[in-house]
Amino acid sequence: MYRYDTYDQTLVDERVAQFRDQMERYLAGRLGEDEFRPLRLQNGLYIQKHAPMLRIAIPYGMLSSRQLRALAAITRRYDRGYGHFSTRQNLQLNWPALEDIPDILGELAKVQMHAIQTSGNCIRNTTSDQFAGIAEDEIEDPRPWCELIRQWSTLHPEFAFLPRKFKIAVTGAKEDRAAIQVHDIGLRLWRDDNGELKVKVLAGGGLGRTPMIGDVVCEDLPWQHLLTYLEACVRVYNQFGRRDNKFKARIKILVKALGIEEYRRRVEAEWTHLKDGPQTLTQAAVDAARAHFPEPERRPVPEQAIADFERLRADNRAFARFVTNNVTAHKVAGYKAVTLSLKRREHAPGDVTADQMEAVANLADHYSFGEVRVTHEQNLVLSDVPVDQLESLWQELDALGMANPTVGTLNDIICCPGGDYCSLANAVSIPIAQALQERFESLDFLYDLGPLDLNISGCMNACGHHHVGHIGILGVDKKGEEYYQVSLGGNATDDASLGKILGPSFYREDIPDVIDKVLNVYVEQRHDDERFLDTYRRIGLKPFKERVYA
Amino acid sequence: MPDSQLEHAQTLIKLGQPEKNTWALSRVDDALPQARPVIVPLALWLDNSTDSQLAPWLSSDTELTSDLVKRLGDAPLIAIDFPSFTDGRGYTLARLLRERYGYQEEIRAIGDVLVDQLYYMSRCGFDALALREDQHLDDALRALGAFSVSYQPGVDVKEALFERRLREERRT
Repeated sequence: MYRYDTYDQTLVDERVAQFRDQMERYLAGRLGEDEFRPLRLQNGLYIQKHAPMLRIAIPYGMLSSRQLRALAAITRRYDRGYGHFSTRQNLQLNWPALEDIPDILGELAKVQMHAIQTSGNCIRNTTSDQFAGIAEDEIEDPRPWCELIRQWSTLHPEFAFLPRKFKIAVTGAKEDRAAIQVHDIGLRLWRDDNGELKVKVLAGGGLGRTPMIGDVVCEDLPWQHLLTYLEACVRVYNQFGRRDNKFKARIKILVKALGIEEYRRRVEAEWTHLKDGPQTLTQAAVDAARAHFPEPERRPVPEQAIADFERLRADNRAFARFVTNNVTAHKVAGYKAVTLSLKRREHAPGDVTADQMEAVANLADHYSFGEVRVTHEQNLVLSDVPVDQLESLWQELDALGMANPTVGTLNDIICCPGGDYCSLANAVSIPIAQALQERFESLDFLYDLGPLDLNISGCMNACGHHHVGHIGILGVDKKGEEYYQVSLGGNATDDASLGKILGPSFYREDIPDVIDKVLNVYVEQRHDDERFLDTYRRIGLKPFKERVYA
Repeated sequence: MPDSQLEHAQTLIKLGQPEKNTWALSRVDDALPQARPVIVPLALWLDNSTDSQLAPWLSSDTELTSDLVKRLGDAPLIAIDFPSFTDGRGYTLARLLRERYGYQEEIRAIGDVLVDQLYYMSRCGFDALALREDQHLDDALRALGAFSVSYQPGVDVKEALFERRLREERRT
């Protein structure tokens, strides 16, 4: 993974010193509340319901075991011994003390981490495919490109005060696991017939209050021009995006108002001046970025070990369940990627204790070259596990409560922190997730339902990505009371779509029954192996609506 | 108009150093002040640009059309207004004036110009910073030097860090 050189380290150290100075001036009353706000936000610091919240950047979801141990130590020393992995592959601390934040940032800098631009109206942490570099369907490893974008966007002097936040996601695989169609900018790396690497650039996607699918700005940008083109895209947004109304300030509103043709025209006009400028990428620059992501030195896995693994899978039902749901194919024979489920009824989705972080760090060292990845579904991944070690890894994960064989099922709920923690939320979300996990815990039933994304957000800011859940649940506030709106048919992957609202909202305690009815309609109406999403797309909202509101 | 409405920034940083400010600033759209030299709204300057003691200030939503850019070439200095420090359009305006249109004279940040944005401003081509009155000069000078390294090229540094690294590697 990417290792800092002295330049990266200097920049992060100077950033800590800068923020320490800003915090001192704030605490001394020399920096006003309104003036401090964007500064603290661009260092990941929110003022939340019970305490400050610190969002730590995990660039494109990559963590080393050393970093994970440092995070565990930080949560113990400065927080309550746990952290929350978010849908943007970051880690959030819910209980730090305000005056400790500079020290926490200092601790992070020691392990090449930071909280730069994890919030605020600026370019945020770039997100990507959790199976980058190992996926069977990969065309180009997105991580070097994400790193180039990370550097370009970090403390970009022109774009620190955009109209609103700005999120970029990158995929380099055939299947989009980075939800690029619902980001401010989505990038898809692909190769043309001559093997030339191109970038497809989407703009104007996003969730939040006005969810939209991104439009194509450029189909086939030559890779050399990635950064200058991004600069043009963001510059046009900085100049023309609305600043009079924060709910209409995202780039999606600009793209919709101008139309994609006019937005593209302005970007291209801007780009003619930036093209071939000093940020044009060279082969040497890309090779240098790629050198940070070498293939790990995988030992050959004997044929016999692969055969043994297959036999164990056939013989042991529990192991087979784990492999089917939580283990992903790898481009190298004899290796697998393993998803560690952070979805257990006793914890909020995405929550991990300090002890668990350390245990996972040890597992990463033992089984997977000391690296861990964070997924936007709020799970963790060990990306390089030889199949002859899968059984023992499975047993260790089971002891940790991270082997729930439910990845990708209804139980693998994406969920924001909601009203229990977040000051923006209209309603709680974690108790909804827990009630659903309790209601639908039979593995046979979950497997029978097949792949099903259920996403929960506690307000229309949509941190729980409810618009793109096959089933989405949104907390709404009506005259001070919590209600929940259910939508169906959303999808974040290649054939992305936004869910449609089923009808009037429900009381919290009714949600498990409502979801049960929705699932029953699916089970009765599905054809053969049809996914929930496909059944919904075939039969539409009506049958679900009739059952739920009967 | 009565010159009592003029603003006169006390604290000006020019090229990284404190400097006495000689330019008054008028935000009145429809009348030229008596004082000279004075920075006036763009439209007023366009009507009186032969007076070399006048300079324009641009609002953050100014569109740099080719006609306007041609006229601005004659300005002894160009001020760019930050109506609020969270309005980031001024950064783009300054970069365009410097990098695309080659404007060589002073570009001055006026309005809500605060200590913690000075570093970004200086990277985008502002060489004069008229601090909001309540800002501390010491804080400002310190903030300007907050970073010794940057990833992106700007008006100050012409080379992206990825190129600098390659260049230094070739040398060793």
